[in-house]
Amino acid sequence: MISQHNVLSWATFFPLLGLGLIVFFAAVRALAGLSKTALDQASRIIATITSGGSLVCALLAWHWYDPSAAGYMVGGHATGVQLVQHFTWIKTFNVEYLVGVDGLSISMVLLSGLISFVATIASMPWWGGSKYLAMAGMTDHGDGHHPKHFSVRMVPGYMAMLLLLQTGMMGTFVSLDMFLFYVFWEVMLLPMYFLIGIWGGPRKEYAAIKFFLYTLVGSVLMLLAVIAIYYSSHSAQMADGTFSNAHTFNLLALAQQGREGVFTLAAPILGFAFTKIIFVALFIGFAIKIPMFPFHTWLPDAHVEAPTPVSVILAGILLKMGPYGILRFNYPLLPDATAWAAHAMAAFGVINIIYGAFVCLAQTDLKKLIAYSSVSHMGFTLLGMAAMTPTGISGAVFNMFSHGIISSMLFLIAGVIYDRAHHREIARFGGLASVMPEYSALTGLAFFASLGLPGMCGFISEFMVLTGSFPTFMLLTAISATGVIITAAYYLWAIHRAFLGKLNPLYQGYPDLVWRERLVLYPLGAIAIVLGCYPYAILNVINPTLFGLIASIRPL
Amino acid sequence: MIQENLVSTSWFLPELGLTAGIMLMFLLDLAWKRHPRRVLFLTVGTLLFLGLAGVLLAMQPSAPRALFNGMIASDPFATFFKWLFLAAAALTVLIAAGSTEFGRHQIGVFYPLLLSIVLGMFLMASAVDLLMMYLAVELVSLISYALAGYRQGDRKAAEAALKYVIYGGVASGIMLFGMSYIYGLTGTTSLLGLGKALDGLAAGAMGSSQTALRVALVVAVIFVLCGVGFKIASVPWHMWCPDVYEGAPTPFTAFLSVGPKAAGFALAVRFFWSALAGSPLGNGPGALTEGLSDLPWPAIIGVLAAVTMTLGNLTAIVQNNLKRLLAYSSIAHAGYALMGLCAASAVGVQSVMIYLLVYLVMNLGAFLVVIVVAQATGSELIDAYKGLGRRHPLSAVSFAIFLFSLTGLPPFAGFTGKWYLFVAVLQNYSLPGGGWYAALAVIGALNSAVSLYYYMRIARAMFLEAPVGAVTVRPHLGYQIMLGVFSVALLLFGVWWSPLIDWTQQSLVFLRG
Repeated sequence: MISQHNVLSWATFFPLLGLGLIVFFAAVRALAGLSKTALDQASRIIATITSGGSLVCALLAWHWYDPSAAGYMVGGHATGVQLVQHFTWIKTFNVEYLVGVDGLSISMVLLSGLISFVATIASMPWWGGSKYLAMAGMTDHGDGHHPKHFSVRMVPGYMAMLLLLQTGMMGTFVSLDMFLFYVFWEVMLLPMYFLIGIWGGPRKEYAAIKFFLYTLVGSVLMLLAVIAIYYSSHSAQMADGTFSNAHTFNLLALAQQGREGVFTLAAPILGFAFTKIIFVALFIGFAIKIPMFPFHTWLPDAHVEAPTPVSVILAGILLKMGPYGILRFNYPLLPDATAWAAHAMAAFGVINIIYGAFVCLAQTDLKKLIAYSSVSHMGFTLLGMAAMTPTGISGAVFNMFSHGIISSMLFLIAGVIYDRAHHREIARFGGLASVMPEYSALTGLAFFASLGLPGMCGFISEFMVLTGSFPTFMLLTAISATGVIITAAYYLWAIHRAFLGKLNPLYQGYPDLVWRERLVLYPLGAIAIVLGCYPYAILNVINPTLFGLIASIRPL
Repeated sequence: MIQENLVSTSWFLPELGLTAGIMLMFLLDLAWKRHPRRVLFLTVGTLLFLGLAGVLLAMQPSAPRALFNGMIASDPFATFFKWLFLAAAALTVLIAAGSTEFGRHQIGVFYPLLLSIVLGMFLMASAVDLLMMYLAVELVSLISYALAGYRQGDRKAAEAALKYVIYGGVASGIMLFGMSYIYGLTGTTSLLGLGKALDGLAAGAMGSSQTALRVALVVAVIFVLCGVGFKIASVPWHMWCPDVYEGAPTPFTAFLSVGPKAAGFALAVRFFWSALAGSPLGNGPGALTEGLSDLPWPAIIGVLAAVTMTLGNLTAIVQNNLKRLLAYSSIAHAGYALMGLCAASAVGVQSVMIYLLVYLVMNLGAFLVVIVVAQATGSELIDAYKGLGRRHPLSAVSFAIFLFSLTGLPPFAGFTGKWYLFVAVLQNYSLPGGGWYAALAVIGALNSAVSLYYYMRIARAMFLEAPVGAVTVRPHLGYQIMLGVFSVALLLFGVWWSPLIDWTQQSLVFLRG
């Protein structure tokens, strides 16, 4: 049933299948009378199974992907894209269903499957100590002071939105048709809005609409760029072997045309070069997702208000959409404009690194600190991408993967303490290590992974980015290296304040990790260490694609 | 001449069917005055007459033909809009049947009046003579005035009707004045001969008289646009819209927001296409601007589009009454659709047609939810929607789908419509002097983001906030089915819209002089 020809579609639509089942059970409840508990449990089980199914498909795809294969051919050129599924969707408009993965997207597919499943597990009220469940408000009757935990509030709706989000994310990473990509890209917005807006914290409405508006502004600019690219493109071969009517949405064919300079010949827009305008429009759309300074202000709000699993998805996967989109659209389609913009990208990357790190120093809320650390760390990806050296760009993509793992872990950690204490003020904790040793050890692991301790994946990515970009941007790289020191400062200071020192008597008797939390934290920690010792597990897969990508961009 | 009229009658059967329906429904209203199942009978009767008109329309040959000595045209373009009007009217009848806003007796008059508006809109879509255009617009307007004030004893309704009459009177007066300019310049009222006559005038005029001619023509175009702009509620002729939408019975508001608006666009397309396009219909971008190409009407409409959508969206943000909010949103949508018109190309007109079709479903759906909630809570304020997601999930979810679709988010059909509008506009950016099209597209795109804010205010009330009070929302089965069908249709045409393209493509055939 699942074969190399459809594994990506399965990975994408498995969660949607789960959504359908949940709707079906909700209809059964409305018509035939199913108890609320039964529906809640059913939707939890469905979400776990379908999200797990999506992960299995992602692993299969990872297994089947061969970095050395020539892959899908476009116009006689090998693209390295594999596991392709291809058929015509809207014939009259040349829109196709084209999914496939190259080294860049297969790493993101794996990350997406993994983090989605982790987030699903983290949404379950299962496997916890009874004492802890009451503290977290997961038992149905809360104590009145605290709102009910997100994992027991409107469960079918939550699970449905989570699954829809997973479909949108997976679809974005596998689609190679511009139109299809855009549809999946937008499909992610709605569930995210509701997940933050319904199950979020005190200022959830504000955070949700801010997230939605920022991202939509970016994506409407992207929409215009997509249309403009389409109408500047030439015809390409479609799934049925015929040639499309004058233009194409096929990203692989567009990349080929971009390398051939088709878009540099397009008519200028309001007197500006076509490629530059389109580059900027696409870049803003993607930069909002990264989030790049000055478009980053939605991120702290969204993270602070979102429930833990949603923060995990937001930091672990959604932020990766930004650089992924730049590498999928801007780099291959507009190589000239990319070379033109490289300095600006690097400069913004450095601003992200330094500014994010300094803002972290000023944070009192643990989750906000982690959110701003994401801003800082994603700056490394921007810097590495801009450098156009092999080490720089593979460091940038490796950073996307490793930040996905580490930041997910960090947000889970913030969620653990929030569930118990119902606040995240670093200064109000103290000496937690003496009551929650296991938790403190894992927090230390995650913090050190994030600040770039050798032996863990954060170190590899930062090291690669810095060494890779040094030849191109010496001064900027030197400045951003100081960001590493500030990062160490805010993490160590946070550990010092929250975990070390005298125990605040308020937190006496707090339960340590329960199985639900162990189940997600240990695997992520293990991956962080394994990748820190053997980064080639990822690098071997992504490098051929990335090297080919920067080879097409004229060196500076 | 009489023979021509007689022959034309056989091409005029749908309109004749509607006319018969108007008269018979008035009589049946009297005949069933005290019948216990009066509302059901009248509804079925009206639907039957709409169906009859549909059958007659389906039987009509599709070849373009001028009727009644060049007064109106029968062509696929008109037929497309006639189907759209029939659909809008039929859905409005179904909505009105379940509405509590009409008394048992009022509904008997509402139905035939609605049929009369449909007849007027049929004529608007097919008129190819300036006088016929004016008469058709007046027919639609006059009955709309009456229906806007249809809620008896309601001060708001009375105010709405009065405002509507005054604005409408001024707008149609100015339009007639503009038409007189055109007649004075060319000596003809026929749209079909107008293009050639104008080209002849332009060729004959020299120097300063050419400038005078151009000024006169631009003034005339703007004056005619005034009448059209009033019908489609574009800025600066939109002032009536929020008050009328608020004061009129909601089923009629729903109809007003889709039917006459579409008819206005049909009229505008025909006017600009037939009268001001020198060259035959081409497929390429900018095909319409040849001939009298130095007449800047695409730019005039472009400016109108930008102002209309921006003003509509910004004003909608602060509205708390849902009917007023949707009124401003419908102004904004008129602005979006004007983008397709200003593209001045076949793709532009096609995008307007697709947009109006999709807009019909999503806007009628939105008003249907307003009716459902108003019936349960007696309120049209946004506070009444708090917690609707828990009180009646079907209404809330389908309303959310309508709103997302209105915003233009995939995978809903509203995205399809907006996509084609942007395509039409962006295709033109590389024309000489067409750089402003790119700017217009950016304005349109940013407007979508603005509109998200106020649409999401409603979604926020429905899903993010707790219900106030314990009013149960329980719409009857017919409404529930309609909500479901509308939602599924929007989702379906959001992922599979080939039929929409094919149909509008086939309908892009005009009667030409």
